Amino acid sequence: MGNLLPDKSRVCATTGLPVCNSAQMFIKLNAVFGVVALLIGVTAAFLLALTRWETVALLEPANYYKWLTVHGLNMLVFWILFMEMAILYFASTSLLNSRNFSKALSWGQVVLMLTGFITVNYSIFMDRASVLMTSYVPLRAEQEFYLGLILFAVGALLGCVNFLGGLFIAKRDKTYKGSIPLVVFGALAAVIIAIFTIVHGAVALIPTWLWSIGVLDNAPDGAWYRMIWWGFGHASQQINVCAMVSVWYLMATLTTGSRPLNETVCRVAFVLYILFINLASAHHLLVDPGVSAPWKMWNTSYALYLAVLASMIHGFTVPAAVEVAQRKKGIGGLFGWLTKAPWKDPGFAAFFLSLLIFGFGGGITGVTLGTHQINIIAHNTLRIPGHFHMTVAGGTSLAFMGLAYYVVPLIFQREYPARALARIQPYIFGFGIVLMGIGMTLAGSLGVPRRHPDIDFTGAQIPPHLGDAGPFLALVGIGGSIAATGALIFILLTVYTVFLGKSNKGRAMTSWQKPEQDRLTKSLITTHWNPEEEKLRPKGTLVLTGIFLASFAVYYFANWKALVDVWPVK
Amino acid sequence: MSIYHPVGKWVRAPHGFERVWIGVALLWCLVLTIAMPYWHFKGQQTSSGEAYTVDPIDFERRVAKFVETNQVGDRAGTPIVQPAPGSDAYLVGKNWRWYPVLKLKKDVEYRIHISSGDYQHGFSLLPMNMNFHVVPGYDHVITLKPAETGEFSIICNEFCGAGHHLMSGLIIVEE
Repeated sequence: MGNLLPDKSRVCATTGLPVCNSAQMFIKLNAVFGVVALLIGVTAAFLLALTRWETVALLEPANYYKWLTVHGLNMLVFWILFMEMAILYFASTSLLNSRNFSKALSWGQVVLMLTGFITVNYSIFMDRASVLMTSYVPLRAEQEFYLGLILFAVGALLGCVNFLGGLFIAKRDKTYKGSIPLVVFGALAAVIIAIFTIVHGAVALIPTWLWSIGVLDNAPDGAWYRMIWWGFGHASQQINVCAMVSVWYLMATLTTGSRPLNETVCRVAFVLYILFINLASAHHLLVDPGVSAPWKMWNTSYALYLAVLASMIHGFTVPAAVEVAQRKKGIGGLFGWLTKAPWKDPGFAAFFLSLLIFGFGGGITGVTLGTHQINIIAHNTLRIPGHFHMTVAGGTSLAFMGLAYYVVPLIFQREYPARALARIQPYIFGFGIVLMGIGMTLAGSLGVPRRHPDIDFTGAQIPPHLGDAGPFLALVGIGGSIAATGALIFILLTVYTVFLGKSNKGRAMTSWQKPEQDRLTKSLITTHWNPEEEKLRPKGTLVLTGIFLASFAVYYFANWKALVDVWPVK
Repeated sequence: MSIYHPVGKWVRAPHGFERVWIGVALLWCLVLTIAMPYWHFKGQQTSSGEAYTVDPIDFERRVAKFVETNQVGDRAGTPIVQPAPGSDAYLVGKNWRWYPVLKLKKDVEYRIHISSGDYQHGFSLLPMNMNFHVVPGYDHVITLKPAETGEFSIICNEFCGAGHHLMSGLIIVEE
């Protein structure tokens, strides 16, 4: 069993999982670069939040556009993809009892992604690429901007190939019995989506790069670029969804000892993501010229909403697994499993808040804004960033922060200091994001545009009349600053721990939970038990998902009502 | 266990509460699916995406001709143009302004041709908050029926370069 040599690996003193030294090094490298990207993104977040808060109006327009480009790419692309690479190394080694596939490929991944990361940031900071994250042609950045993105994408592709190679050698060497674990399955789904996502990115960006260096005379067609670019831009957020859901399952197990009720259901939901999520490019083209209404309706619904179904399934199976594990520990009542949950464990708090913010905030708004006709009253308003900050920041980033509270002690083998601060950090970040998301959603409902530094239009020839969005934009500024502060606390704690934290080499990590909680969780992880016992039924989760569905319906139909009030148009 | 390989025969249908929820979720997805085609036929607002490829220079010529034939006034240096009720109107986004100002009649349907002379723009009509995307090279035809009288602002809500935050325009609706 296993293909890990004793001198090239160790056994984790906390989880008992094997850790391959090579994989461990690449997990560390990627996590460090990810946190650097997060720091750059957070700096930008402060500046942007304080610009949109009209009372402060910090940045001049030119600087606003520059920092918005910085924020979008570092947060949505660099921080998240570096973290995902770290997850892939972990999933294809420790969870499969196997070694890292190829050091050469891994170095290729790290070097290319790092080069791309530095190049793109250089280009933006030197004022050579204030084109925002989407770089819609015929806006033109200097050539190294596109080249940097292409290099970064190729690096990510090498990481994906290394992961698939890892699956191959684990299977060949029979390092595990039967099927791969659920978390690895989720990571595999993310990799499959990543591969076609990266291909879309290459198809959109390579001709754009050739145009920027003068090999092609004309910019790619604007409408074509949008469709292909969003095959990259939106699908890459679906890699995040897959990675985030995998992290939910992982954290649910590590913090509560849960196991999925039905493996088949969870896996089928991941397959639904793979099959349908790539249609989401359409979400950005719902009021575009040249694409027909039937095309828009079919694609925006992910073919009959089957990818939405997948998220609704995970939205049940993950909390249900937690509830059942809590009941197994003897906790009763309808919501006792929640009130007695390990809320002081930042790993649990971050994961569960991520689940709630993603579902109630990001999910409901996402499906509603992505409804073909409703998009007329939402496209390019602040409602859109309101939605995706609750999916990507409140969802994915928060889940990854929770993961770090376990990965750093287990992989870097160092303990977090200032534990009280770490315990409240997920709440600060989550609260800030929710506040900002609400502010953006309300301001956007008044027609306040996204990507705009000054809605007073100071200096415009015909100054427009906008409703008074002042209070909502103040929420954006305040919520954004709170969230950025929460992220900054996370960065400071993590950087300190990585370099100066107390070593825990050779012993188990200091648990975030009380000894009794910890003992029960460990016993659930290490023993066999049936989560589908009659007396463990997850009735609390059923009620919770019922509340979710009711909120969903109210928001969804309220938006149809709002649409009725605008002028007839086709 | 989500971090260990599943033991034994794990392929099986859901049951209990899980089955109930999947059923409910599927029904909800069905509601979401039916809503859009239903509104397409029964509702008043949709985006048909009607568009024609056009050379930006040609389009600007059409706009110039439209302005020449139908100009009725001037607002801050931009011509006010009143098309015949129910006819075609033209609007171009260029150099960080929407050109010209359109004067329309309430409850009359117009075919408004919108395009760009430079970058991608977002046509955003306020305070109703109606939004359509504008791409250079495409004549995007929006069939619009104003339902209120007054002055309505158009802003740009897609980033279009250094002067994006100044880009605005106007639609005037009369009885």
